[in-house]
Amino acid sequence: MYDFAPLIDSINTWLNGHLSPLWAGIVSMVLLGVAILAFYAVLGLYLVYAERKICARMQNRLGPNRVGPGGLFQTIADLIKLLLKELIYIQNADALLFNIAPFIVIVASIMAIGSIPFAKGLQAVDLNIGVLYILAISSMGVIGVLIAGWASNNKYSVIGAMRSGAQVISYELSVGLALLCIITYAGSMQLSEIIKSQEDGWWLFKGHIPAVIAFVIYLIAGTAETNRGPFDLAEAESELTAGFHTEYSGIKFAFFFLAEYMNMFIIAALATTLFLGGWLPFHIYNFTFFNNLMDYIPPVIWFFTKTAFVIYVMMWFKWTFPRLRIDQLLALEWKYLLPISLLNLMVISFLTLMQWHF
Amino acid sequence: MTGPKIIFYILAAAIVVFSVLSVADRRILRAAIYLLFVLVAMAGLYYMMNFQFLAAVQLIIYAGGIVVLIIFSILLTSQINSKLDPPKLGNLLLGVITAIGGIAISAVTIVKYGFTPANQPAIEPTMRTIGHQLMDTSEYGYALPFEVIGILLLAALVGTIFIARKT
Repeated sequence: MYDFAPLIDSINTWLNGHLSPLWAGIVSMVLLGVAILAFYAVLGLYLVYAERKICARMQNRLGPNRVGPGGLFQTIADLIKLLLKELIYIQNADALLFNIAPFIVIVASIMAIGSIPFAKGLQAVDLNIGVLYILAISSMGVIGVLIAGWASNNKYSVIGAMRSGAQVISYELSVGLALLCIITYAGSMQLSEIIKSQEDGWWLFKGHIPAVIAFVIYLIAGTAETNRGPFDLAEAESELTAGFHTEYSGIKFAFFFLAEYMNMFIIAALATTLFLGGWLPFHIYNFTFFNNLMDYIPPVIWFFTKTAFVIYVMMWFKWTFPRLRIDQLLALEWKYLLPISLLNLMVISFLTLMQWHF
Repeated sequence: MTGPKIIFYILAAAIVVFSVLSVADRRILRAAIYLLFVLVAMAGLYYMMNFQFLAAVQLIIYAGGIVVLIIFSILLTSQINSKLDPPKLGNLLLGVITAIGGIAISAVTIVKYGFTPANQPAIEPTMRTIGHQLMDTSEYGYALPFEVIGILLLAALVGTIFIARKT
């Protein structure tokens, strides 16, 4: 039930029956590209809306409530405003690097979305190194941030970019090690295989305490990797006037903004896939009636509910913790998270060798 | 022309153009970014040959690691309007001659070699086989090179810390 593979296969055979292989390939690429871009834009806009609503809730305000019911169209209006705004060119900036920086950031996050499994069969590419691919692609985003800061020819931007770079490349280690824990359990890097290994229970539950530790480390390091609060000192508004994107205006600024939210979505989607069973429904062992009931809810809804939960937790972090200093930030990673995750990985390897997980 | 062939030529053209640009540009950060494009296009070639692991490792180590390191050092040491001096004519000529010589030697070797297509089915290079190969201590295993590289990197790290520490 709810398997997308036959639908995709039928589209594919129809295309191949009516067109030459070259054109069928091009048409399917265009279809996929349009689908992912539309998804990217709509989801990005509504993540911004969700952030503003949740922030308002935390601060006992109403948040956007004028445009559309409950302010639902506020972010669309904002997007139109950003599209109409003038793009300001800076005379002493490096024009080429200044212009390609937003594209590097946004291309990195779009490519990562391509390999996320939204439901059974609903995945653009299912690589056998899926997790490694997402890590590799998202490590490209930081290059865009670094050159954006440098090419703006502004001291605040350079400081912001340096901070952001130092933060992202150090927290990447913890993200990788936390994911490696689940890869060790599942014995595969392919995202569809990892989901299949969770059919009898999510890794968060059947992976004992080490899996919970890995999940918490992943959430902390993932929040830091997206440069979000409490780790947002790279774009601290009060000290650095927004850091690396100070000089950007109009749609180029919107690209950075969207990419930040989509990176948060990617982190949350990866957490869902590896720790929370991806699109699999919630099951309780030996409780058949409940399990059958849960099976009726489509996997897409399961996936987005879990992802939304993780995103909510990350937004909750942002609006309740004060910002860290740079030395605290680096100490947290190198003195606490990294040793803990290395130890955790050793414990998990031992558990897997002894076959002690469920 | 088939689809993969078109993509191959696009990637190959990108590699050639950007590698020339990365040595010819006098603005140092731009040169680093052209190098990044070359490395990403190489990852694309590996991916087309179905070496997915190698492609991802190329992205993580070269693009995400080494280029970021280069950019970091540029950010720390140079300014936006600093340009490298134009090279001396002698150096330029020598460099061009060396490059052409290198291209000629490799081209002649590749054309003369006459590759024979393998008749065995391709091995799927999965993560599992790579991992086993890396930890294999028998004749064709890579356990010893792996350890030697590990010790080399450790020595390099200790050396760097020793040089950089405050006395």
